[in-house]
Amino acid sequence: MPYLDHAATTPMLPEAISAVTAHLGSTGNASSLHAAGRRARRVVEESREALARALGARPSEVVLTGGGTESDNLAVKGLYWARRDADPARTRVLCSPVEHHAVLDAVHWLGDHEGAQVEFLPVDRYGRVHPEALRAAIEGGTGPGTVALVTVMWANNEVGTLQPVAELVETAHAYGIPVHSDAVQALGQVPVSFADSGLDAMTVTGHKIGGPYGIGALVLSRAFTPVPLLHGGGQERDVRSGTLDVPGAAGFAAAARIAVERQAVHAKETAALRDALVAAVRAAVPDAVLNGDPDPAGRLPANAHFSFPGCEGDALLMLLDARGIECSTGSACSAGVPQPSHVLLAAGAEPDLARASLRFSLGHTSTAADVEALAEAIGPVVERARNAGLASARR
Amino acid sequence: MSDFPGTGSGPGAALPGADGPAGPGGGRRLRVLAAMSGGVDSAVAAARAAEAGHDVTGVHLALSANPQSFRTGARGCCTLEDSRDARRAADVIGIPFYVWDMAERFREDVVDDFVAEYAAGRTPNPCLRCNEKIKFAALLDKALALGFDAVCTGHYARVVDGPAGRELHRAVDAAKDQSYVLGVLDADQLARALFPLGDTPKELIREEAERRDLAVARKPDSHDICFIADGDTQGFLAQRLGTSPGDIVDTDGTKVGEHQGAYGFTVGQRKGLRIGRPAADGKPRYVLDVSPVDNRVTVGPAEALDVVALTGIRPRWCGPAPAGPGEYTAQLRAHGGEVPVTAELVDGELRVRLAEPARGIAPGQAVVLYEGTRVVGSATIAATERRSAARA
Repeated sequence: MPYLDHAATTPMLPEAISAVTAHLGSTGNASSLHAAGRRARRVVEESREALARALGARPSEVVLTGGGTESDNLAVKGLYWARRDADPARTRVLCSPVEHHAVLDAVHWLGDHEGAQVEFLPVDRYGRVHPEALRAAIEGGTGPGTVALVTVMWANNEVGTLQPVAELVETAHAYGIPVHSDAVQALGQVPVSFADSGLDAMTVTGHKIGGPYGIGALVLSRAFTPVPLLHGGGQERDVRSGTLDVPGAAGFAAAARIAVERQAVHAKETAALRDALVAAVRAAVPDAVLNGDPDPAGRLPANAHFSFPGCEGDALLMLLDARGIECSTGSACSAGVPQPSHVLLAAGAEPDLARASLRFSLGHTSTAADVEALAEAIGPVVERARNAGLASARR
Repeated sequence: MSDFPGTGSGPGAALPGADGPAGPGGGRRLRVLAAMSGGVDSAVAAARAAEAGHDVTGVHLALSANPQSFRTGARGCCTLEDSRDARRAADVIGIPFYVWDMAERFREDVVDDFVAEYAAGRTPNPCLRCNEKIKFAALLDKALALGFDAVCTGHYARVVDGPAGRELHRAVDAAKDQSYVLGVLDADQLARALFPLGDTPKELIREEAERRDLAVARKPDSHDICFIADGDTQGFLAQRLGTSPGDIVDTDGTKVGEHQGAYGFTVGQRKGLRIGRPAADGKPRYVLDVSPVDNRVTVGPAEALDVVALTGIRPRWCGPAPAGPGEYTAQLRAHGGEVPVTAELVDGELRVRLAEPARGIAPGQAVVLYEGTRVVGSATIAATERRSAARA
């Protein structure tokens, strides 16, 4: 069954499964002082060190969390609160409009409940934030002294566009403003180094790189202490309380080590497969619109995102699903109604095109046969979805 | 083969466009779109269709839209819980499941129409309208375009093959029968409809849901209008139509009370009139007429409600339209009884004469004609003729 939705979640690596299962049978709270606790703590700390190595960070900078959404919330809310507490004038949050909802909704919440002034940075038609635009935003409004933080994702989860993270960091740091980036999609696909990026906070998660669900990390500069979301036992620098997930940490670390080790080869292989997929879709559906940066250097190697004019994303998804091909429309409301992509809308697409999109994302188990299956199906599926679109438009 | 009684009436052995291996029961294997509301009936209907060998896909229709605080362009569905129940049932049955957004069509074709009908002094039936415009039009059209052969619902009614094509019949469970709200379907729509529950009493459906491990087995039936969640139709209308105080008058034109909007009244209504003075004869008074033009509600004695004839517009036939006058029984409102009638199509209007006078017949409701258990057709009641001269 062709699985083309690795950006949603990707199969666990055998090494990660071994690492998790190896520790499932052991007792031990990593905060306990006795021998069982010490054994658990050793596993957690070795995992933290492995993660730090893979992420270009120091072990003390790795804060383990329950996943990407929690890391994003901790970074955005925690840093906002801490920065505002230090200087009440800092209420501006500068954010890209193409963020994942874990950042977007957190930022909106700060605006609605915590007096934050949320400002969305302009993006180009690929959804990219340019450093000059960030500079103008910082200088604008009430000025640099009132900016609490900047948050711009490393790579977009829908259209795959890479952001110039290091340049954006340089720009913000010139004003002493901290920067957070959600690197959930980037890790394992492009080189990701916390130290080289200059970031102050960076979100990563296990299940997108072949690790387990329910564990992630906020890589966090020692210069910042965000106000915690979870108060309790004081684990993780007192920033994230909660009993540590020993098997999860071990599995996450194993996956991160392999994802980073294999990144260059994986990127090359998936990019070749992705290019074949894009060519096949274009051959079958000549008017399909490739969204995101057409330059391979500017997008994730595993991502292909199209709009199919005249189609509804949900119809395409259903017809492909019926043929055993699994992909995604991007986002749906809580009841499951597909929504026009906020990423495409921010990048200037017409609402009809933003509803007509599908994301194909490749991963470590993808094969040429997956692409061939899609190549065979996509033409008839689009034709049928177009007819359905016409039927829906008729009264 | 099914362990359960009746794997479905009318899985279309004669359906065009159906291919694939023959399913159990002699029908052919169809690609079926099962509309799943999140209730027990549609869940069992989908399960029966799947068990009958059809290739079933579940769909929940998101019909209500609320603006949501966060996501630009996003909507929160007030049917969130129902959509989860439907998804859960589909997962247990083992069929694909999707949510389709038909909120805009539903608002235009059902909700706006509902409000406009009340504003015009009529009493609409939104379920009938939804079957005609949404489930067996917008949904069916989209389903056919996507390659499905039929739409399956949990309605209690039967589709059977008759000499002149497909026929719609009352369900065996008379108390649950929903053929009245399906009376608007024409032969083409019937040919694409699957009602797997028509041959089973409701109580057995709940038992069957339990046996099938469907979590909705004990979910209460929905009684209210689905888009008026709190059941307060008057409040819903007042919000949209505002208040418009006017007079309540007797049959001779004497003012006997006041109202806050003529749309709040239905012909035959007795309660909630809040008339201060009792009638001269001391008998209860009923709404005889609602006239939005002069914003006037006329009340009078029960006898004045007796209708002997009515005219129906927008006739729809479940098969060929009958030629000349015919003897039928008619159902004149949801859950109403049957009355013997003579009906004839004259200049595109349905003229119906009742053998015995009947009460509580409100313009806007449907008249559905039956021949035995078979639905012949329907029309929307436009005007009624009263026995007495009391009609205002």
